[in-house]
Amino acid sequence: MKDNTNSIFDKSRPGRTGYTLPHLNIQPQDGLIPERFLRRTQPNLPEVSEGTVVRHFVNLSTKNHHVDKGFYPLGSCTMKYNPKVNNKIAQLPGFAELHPFQPSATAQGALRLMRELGRAFCEITGMDAITLQPAAGAHGEFTALLMMRAYHAHNGSPRKKVIIPDSAHGTNPASIIMAGYEVEQIKSNSKGLLDLDALKAAVNEDTAALMLTNPNTLGIFESGIEKIADIIHDADALLYMDGANLNALMGIARPGDMGFDAVHLNLHKTFSTPHGGGGPGSGPVAVNDKLEPFLPYPVIDVKDEGYIFDYERPLSIGRVGSFYGNFAVMVRAYTYILMMGSEGLTRASLAAIVNANYLKNKLREYFDLPYSENILHEVVFSGSRQAKKGVKTREIAKRLLDYGFHAPTVYFPLIVPEALMIEPTETETMETLDAFAQALIDIDKEIDENPEMVKSAPHTTPVRQLDEAAASRKLKLKYTKE
Amino acid sequence: MEFPPELYYTKEHEWSRLEGDTVTIGITDYAQSELGDVVFVELPETGAKFNHGDVFGTIEAVKAVSDMYSPVSGEVIEINTALEETPELVNQSPYEEGWMIKMKLSDKAVIDSLLSAEAYQKMIEGE
Repeated sequence: MKDNTNSIFDKSRPGRTGYTLPHLNIQPQDGLIPERFLRRTQPNLPEVSEGTVVRHFVNLSTKNHHVDKGFYPLGSCTMKYNPKVNNKIAQLPGFAELHPFQPSATAQGALRLMRELGRAFCEITGMDAITLQPAAGAHGEFTALLMMRAYHAHNGSPRKKVIIPDSAHGTNPASIIMAGYEVEQIKSNSKGLLDLDALKAAVNEDTAALMLTNPNTLGIFESGIEKIADIIHDADALLYMDGANLNALMGIARPGDMGFDAVHLNLHKTFSTPHGGGGPGSGPVAVNDKLEPFLPYPVIDVKDEGYIFDYERPLSIGRVGSFYGNFAVMVRAYTYILMMGSEGLTRASLAAIVNANYLKNKLREYFDLPYSENILHEVVFSGSRQAKKGVKTREIAKRLLDYGFHAPTVYFPLIVPEALMIEPTETETMETLDAFAQALIDIDKEIDENPEMVKSAPHTTPVRQLDEAAASRKLKLKYTKE
Repeated sequence: MEFPPELYYTKEHEWSRLEGDTVTIGITDYAQSELGDVVFVELPETGAKFNHGDVFGTIEAVKAVSDMYSPVSGEVIEINTALEETPELVNQSPYEEGWMIKMKLSDKAVIDSLLSAEAYQKMIEGE
């Protein structure tokens, strides 16, 4: 029987259960919960058997595309394979059954893991101190900007603006606004790099910071980074690195050595923890000595009595989340780092760069490549040539699904028209890369020979073309029983 | 793709229709086609004042959000409230029902700095 039902609620039948609870043998206690907190109606839960639940979710999992099922070359997202040993370690009872309220003296192993993980991140990034609290990359950006705001205020020189290049991730301007600053955007030059003259013209006594992704969203290393750091620091401003693309740098180059004052890491990208719908994120922020006093508290420290949470930090910006961050994600990243070792991490970055350049060279004959020099871990093609023939990048992306691949990031960065942003990561075999390149070459051929096939794609997925405009115009966020 | 000859255009893909000292402003057919299906339009309040080049609103499509820049200087006297419920008018009728705002001109000279239909068309063909 083909399972085409959309929702588990559609499978609900009154009275059907998956589990029989023993009869309650204690008397209900009146007044234990105040009257006003008691619900008046039954919750709307599906009534289904255990088998129905299992089949429902197994079916859903086969309809979804995920890293365990196929290639997922989403640019700037680093969808690398997540080793299963990570999960095994995170499930050890000593980690999985910890309670955030238990005294830290009884959770020394967990504190030690967080401390050592933080030291490893500081070594990888060339920084002095770290917070593991932020729950995602954008949260890390926001945390760092709050620290920078506190730094400038402490120095008696509050600033107004944060500068970003026009190739920045969309989260950068959003974080800037959230932190109470104004966004100043400057143009990239013809090679896709930050324009130093434009930067010099923009920087003044109102500049709080520059946020820069390195390598940038075109996959290109900002080779002027030392000059950039001088321009920023000469104005007593701070330099922030969006660490989304750290997968190109591990063991090769360190943000701290380049002059960055702060960097966030995406554990769910670079450090092989589940990503997107697969699990929560984690976006630690590593900083140098200038920003260390402003780190969120508590900071983990080592004293004679062992590892402690240090709250005695008068300049701290306070907490940026409840408890200590997504701990189970940290366990996975720690496992990954120990399994790989420093040599393994370096080789991972080198392989990620080789893989992106392999795809670049296999595909550059078929797709425009507006910025082609010194590509590192990801490559951004333009579908302009194909768009002129009447097939847009979004249609190419949908056709790729028929070939069994997740689409690359499309229409980003904004400075590349009809952008196709491909990040293969280091964990793919040459056969997978060849098959993916061949799929794009075949689609390019289809655009000449049978464009309707591409424009009406996808043909083989559980659902066909979705009405994205209607979904956005008439946003439905909640299931309602019909 | 149409570019009515009586309108004035900007490099940022807005059009202006001049009637007396009132200017009606919208985005071009090319802009709506590049953006794709428009899902939300954010417009200013009437009475708001803008100079040539100021951001007067934002337009959100499925694939991107863009700022809209005021082609002229003046005061907003009317906004197209129909776009609140039916933003797709921008795609269906960019020069008529999909207009954005009407402004009372404070400086007529700025009109001369805008592009003709011909010049605008040349510019986008070069893109």
